Amino acid sequence: MSATASDAHTWNLVFLQLFLEELGYSVVNLGSCVSDERLVRECLRIAPTLIVISSVNGHGCQDGLRLIGRLRSEDRLKDTPTIIGGKLGITGTPLGDRVAELLEGGFDAVFDDGARDGIEFHEFLRTLPERQSRLPIEASLTP
Amino acid sequence: MTADAVSPAGIDFGRHVRRMRAAGHLVVQPRMGFGRPEQMRAGLLATRRARAATVGTITLDSFTRVGDLDAVRRALRDGTGLNGYPIASHDAATTAAVLRDLHEPAFPVQVRHGSAVPQHIFTALAQVGITATEGGPVSYCLPYGQTPLAESVRNWEECVDLFVSLTTAARPHLETFGGCLMGQLCPPSLLVAVTVLEALFFCSRGVSSVSVSYAQQTSLDQDIEAVGALRRLCAEMLPTEDWHVVIYAYMGVYPTTPPGARRLLGEAVRVAAATGSERLIVKTVAESIRIPTIEENVEALETAEDWARTYGVADVPPPAPDSQIYAEAYALISAVLNLDSDVGRALVLAFQHGYLDVPYCLHPDNAGRARGYIDDTGRLRWAEIGAMPLRKLVRTVGGHRVTASGLLADLNYVRQKFDSEQPSLPARSRTSSATAITGGGTAL
Repeated sequence: MSATASDAHTWNLVFLQLFLEELGYSVVNLGSCVSDERLVRECLRIAPTLIVISSVNGHGCQDGLRLIGRLRSEDRLKDTPTIIGGKLGITGTPLGDRVAELLEGGFDAVFDDGARDGIEFHEFLRTLPERQSRLPIEASLTP
Repeated sequence: MTADAVSPAGIDFGRHVRRMRAAGHLVVQPRMGFGRPEQMRAGLLATRRARAATVGTITLDSFTRVGDLDAVRRALRDGTGLNGYPIASHDAATTAAVLRDLHEPAFPVQVRHGSAVPQHIFTALAQVGITATEGGPVSYCLPYGQTPLAESVRNWEECVDLFVSLTTAARPHLETFGGCLMGQLCPPSLLVAVTVLEALFFCSRGVSSVSVSYAQQTSLDQDIEAVGALRRLCAEMLPTEDWHVVIYAYMGVYPTTPPGARRLLGEAVRVAAATGSERLIVKTVAESIRIPTIEENVEALETAEDWARTYGVADVPPPAPDSQIYAEAYALISAVLNLDSDVGRALVLAFQHGYLDVPYCLHPDNAGRARGYIDDTGRLRWAEIGAMPLRKLVRTVGGHRVTASGLLADLNYVRQKFDSEQPSLPARSRTSSATAITGGGTAL
């Protein structure tokens, strides 16, 4: 789990870590303002089941598109389930086309701020390969 | 270019705020920041014209904060929008045009950023003649990223030295952000201790006009006790008379209903009014959803002014009596100052030893053993104190375990409380305000 490079919020990361741990995942939480380079390096090192990027500062679309390009350009990460969620734009209106853009960029799911996201996130987790014990989740949560 | 070239003589943020307070006004301030210069100017103009005693704010965008000026250039070129004003990327003439005839002794402007590597920001401030800003080596480092604390201390030393050396007719003012930290779930004594320590850090490097911050938390009584302790510690410890307190309206998960948001802002004003605090950073009704518009900011400033009239901005009360928060904050500050005669080094050592430990802060230099939670009465308490020197003062009740759902409930406590509460009648508000002022109350 980690934040995007420009995002300093961390409560989203603290909560998601506890949430995923209680579901039995082992979480490596990289914290806020994680550079693309560091995230890629850590993901290559850990080989996570899932990469979670959380962003609430309004730059999630820009940061996310750049970041997913970096991740997908690595052979060993091109198929790793990677999701992004949070408050992704600065206007507070639905993202619309930008969701498609993020999905096209290589994200497996986009969870823009909304009431149903908790449920959708649960459903998404169910589609992941069976968890093994101590399987690390590398989540990049952008605060 | 020196600051004299563009900074009108006589701008003195600290003196202005204290004068306004002496004249019976609570100074209110937005968190406003826009990427486009015309919009930034419009925002400052609207702030100045608002029906309230205001000072101006230029909040920087987060790319500038982390020093990614390439991303700023791309965003400006592509018109993708920025979440603040990129002061290091617009040239000095552009920023001078934003401030023209606006930035005056009666309307000082403060730049807000949040950077642990702020050299490029301080350089830009010097170029445009803005002499009020905020931050701090701890408060702009631990909550916001990965910069090592020792590096942040060095960066801030360099920047503060530059700031005080400006050959300007205006006196530089620095506010510490130490009373906000993670925004929520940090028991008040640590907020008070860090904001005082950062103010001491600024003063030790020659800053003579400072403000200390405190972010509204979950309990009115507790906040009033905390700010009382903060004011007393400042009077006892700061080597300057030119200090004031800035209260931040709640920084955590904000109410979504307009009446709830207004009432929460009202409580922040009440904390300021009851403690004689001089300045308030407002939040808007839109805050829970997105970056607020100029109009929404003006509405929040005027709402705060209305609340200030309701509660009355009385004389500064006498020094607060001994309290649990005072005792804890004093213990933390003394332990840190005893580590080294240099405040910057002492702060680095304090985090290494875990003498300061910010709850839920993920920064690699934070011990990360401390935990806070909200008790049945709405007060913030320690669930874990880690290695902080509070063992004689705090009994951490064994068995309070922080879970995801518990954390979520605590994070949403204020939103829920203010979104569901029925508005109280003004008369009742006044009564409970008076009770709160005299009641104080001790934690634990």
